[in-house]
Amino acid sequence: MKEEKQKEDVFESVWKFFASVKLAVAVFIILSFSSIVGTIVEQQAEPEKNIALLAKFFGDSLAPTVYNIFAKLGFMDMYHSWWFISFLITFSINLIVCSLDRFPKTWKLVKMPLKPLAVNVIKTLPVKKEIKLKTTLAVAKDEFFNSLRTSKYQVLEANENNEVQLYCQKWRYARLGVYVVHLSIILIFLGAIIGARFGFGGFLNLPEGQISDVAYTANGSEIPLGFSIKCNWYDTKYYEGIDMPQEFHSELVIIENGKEVLKKVIEVNDPLTYKGITFYQSSYGMIPNASGYFILGLKPNGHQQSTVSLRFGDTFEIPGTGITGTVIDFSPALARDQRTGALISYSDNMVNPAVAIQFNMPGQDSFKGWIFKRYPQTGILPGGHEIKFEDYWGVEYTGMQVSKDPGIGLIYIACIIMAIGLYITFFISHKKIWIHIAHDTPGGKGPVSVSVGGSTNRNRFAFEKEIDHILSTASHAIEGRSKK
Amino acid sequence: MNSSLFFDISAGAYVAAMITYVIYLVARNKTVGIAATTITIFGFACQSVALLIRWVNSYHFWISSSPNSGLVESLLRAAPLRNLYESLIFFVWSLILIHLLIEFKYKVRSLGAFVTPLAALALLFIDISGTSKEIQPLIPALQSNWLLFHVLLSFLGYAAFGVSFGAAAAYIIMVTDSKKEKAYIFWSIIIGIFIIVLVGMGIDFMSLSAAERKELIQNHFLKATFRNESGGVVAASWAFSIAFIFTLWQFGFGLKKILSSLSVTPQMLEDIEYKSIAIGFPLFTLGGLLMGAIWANSAWGKYWSWDPKETWSLITWFVYALYLHARYIGGWRGKRVAILAVIGFVAVIFTYLGVNLVLSGLHAYGSG
Ligand code: HEM
Repeated sequence: MKEEKQKEDVFESVWKFFASVKLAVAVFIILSFSSIVGTIVEQQAEPEKNIALLAKFFGDSLAPTVYNIFAKLGFMDMYHSWWFISFLITFSINLIVCSLDRFPKTWKLVKMPLKPLAVNVIKTLPVKKEIKLKTTLAVAKDEFFNSLRTSKYQVLEANENNEVQLYCQKWRYARLGVYVVHLSIILIFLGAIIGARFGFGGFLNLPEGQISDVAYTANGSEIPLGFSIKCNWYDTKYYEGIDMPQEFHSELVIIENGKEVLKKVIEVNDPLTYKGITFYQSSYGMIPNASGYFILGLKPNGHQQSTVSLRFGDTFEIPGTGITGTVIDFSPALARDQRTGALISYSDNMVNPAVAIQFNMPGQDSFKGWIFKRYPQTGILPGGHEIKFEDYWGVEYTGMQVSKDPGIGLIYIACIIMAIGLYITFFISHKKIWIHIAHDTPGGKGPVSVSVGGSTNRNRFAFEKEIDHILSTASHAIEGRSKK
Repeated sequence: MNSSLFFDISAGAYVAAMITYVIYLVARNKTVGIAATTITIFGFACQSVALLIRWVNSYHFWISSSPNSGLVESLLRAAPLRNLYESLIFFVWSLILIHLLIEFKYKVRSLGAFVTPLAALALLFIDISGTSKEIQPLIPALQSNWLLFHVLLSFLGYAAFGVSFGAAAAYIIMVTDSKKEKAYIFWSIIIGIFIIVLVGMGIDFMSLSAAERKELIQNHFLKATFRNESGGVVAASWAFSIAFIFTLWQFGFGLKKILSSLSVTPQMLEDIEYKSIAIGFPLFTLGGLLMGAIWANSAWGKYWSWDPKETWSLITWFVYALYLHARYIGGWRGKRVAILAVIGFVAVIFTYLGVNLVLSGLHAYGSG
């Protein structure tokens, strides 16, 4: 028996500990301060970087020692350290226990039936008004009833001889808004845990034309996808006239059992998802020492365009014109050096690709011309024939972030719930109004006195305006009636 | 049409409004007060026109490079919330909007003397930080509706927090009984640091060539004073700053008399401080944290990566959550929560600017 009681005591004190708001304040402060440290010390970086940083604060000789202490404490990968995660767990237990602890009281408050109040109590409520009206009790009651109803209150009444009380409330469930907010925070934690436990994050650099059925983790191990993915092409689109990328995009194909099941052009902010695995456009680059195909569009003046695909040194003919050309040179980023006037490649990436072609025209000397991918007008030949440099294909790879996060749906739902909860909490209030109406003189003659009192859990200013409105609507209606 | 003329007029108007509001505080003359409000409204109208012109210009800029995108998409991509300059301008616009709403609702003019300086400081900051005012092309990661709403709502939230900061700062002075009070000492230090950093940046700005000014934030921040190569300059900067904070502490107290003679009551200020947080908190939660996370997820496949910017938003959020809980459950009132409101806004400033000034993160956004 005694043991049981002790157990209960232990349980109770643990519960009290986790239900306390003081704990919440402590955890808020600890999480904030340690996060500040985490933003100063570069996370998951090479030791040298942070030792150099620490040297600024502690001097060169002490820095390595301080670094070692910090590293032992987990500050170099703080957000994944056992103690930081423990604080996050404490935070959520605190939130759950505290909410559970409080909820019954709030629920009672919500469910509590509204009762009429004594007149002198009404006169002490946070919002109070008094007026006198020249009318009868019945008319006044009627009009106040209507006015409250129009403001969406469900009105109850208590009658005694020579006095009436109307009392009502609205939006009492708004008091539960905070619990909705707290719940959403817990759901976000759950979503994050599900994602960490059952999902993965990796990357995949896929050359144009190639297929892969795995992605890779940061340390290089393979993650099987369960299907194959192929990159048809990768392309950077630039803003006109400047070397600033406007869009990075790649065409991807999902292949399952040898069949194409899905094809999509992805770009930044518009990924491809298949079977829970999402491919995000994140980088690109050149494949070292690759040689690819020059894709040229040939358009004889006034005719349809045709496309050819050529290797270095290959020759083509613009159909029906007798003009032939040979691919003799390529630059990924061609420009003219401003001082020397010589042609140079100013980048190893395909920032401004250009292909050089040796042309042979019937009856003319052969000549060499550069055609730029980004400047199609460079491909217009004498006679109006056009050559478009569509792509140098097979030399770039697309870099993709590959991730699977089964928790993301829950995260999105939690976001919506949080938005709703915040709206309820901050913009809807639980309002109660009592209106007491009585004749001044006991005989039922003379003017009636109306005492209005109200209370709300938030936004008193708006509530006062609402009460003013209810009062003026009713008194106008009463005046209108007495005129008739 | 160029928007910069209207921006310049509005900036001038806000500075004039600031001076007029302060004169109003001192002279307590109703006509001066009305003049201050009128100038503010005029500045606000000019700024609204300027924002619209800039929007139209960026729209043309966008469709000239992406003729294929639809009307709505182009309008969204062109919304003037695309870089540090535009977001600060929008911050000032929202700050003034909220201020005007409060002025009409509460009939308090004197808050203007605390809010317009914030607007003027933000405008000053734009100039001395040397951020580019050109309409720039959007890099791919920024071409997202989530990002747009993220920035829009965050800045409305920041503006609300800014108003609460102004109210809390005024409140702390009003309820101070002696210069030895901790709250008042805290106030002097924070406001002092604020002004000193801006003056420091002003000195940076003047000591730099036009080309260097463009990267003041990244490379030259406080290099002319506190981070100078010469030890003498550093020592002088510190000495001057300490003297300045001391002076502020000595004389800031005088504001109390002025405010109380203007029928500003501490209750009113406390109410404004709380109400603005009650509006700012949901906006910031939704826009700053949730939509930011959703954008990060759609761009990089990770909704939370603990980069400094995200972490500092979280810290800011914690401070305001602490404010709400301390008030609501702990029943804290008065100076203690006012200090939290001030700390909260310091965290806001650090989130938005400090992270770019002092720390460097994954977010390219905000550095341009
Ligand atoms: C950052 C996370 C949190 C957020 C965003 C949050 C949000 C809120 C909000 C918006 C309110 C309403 C405050 C008001 O009406 O002014 C509230 C109330 C409350 N919160 Fe939190 N909260 C958080 C964490 C916590 C934690 C960790 C605890 C644990 C002790 C807690 C306990 C409470 C309690 C007891 C109330 C009052 C509920 C009532 O009885 O009416 N909150 N919370």
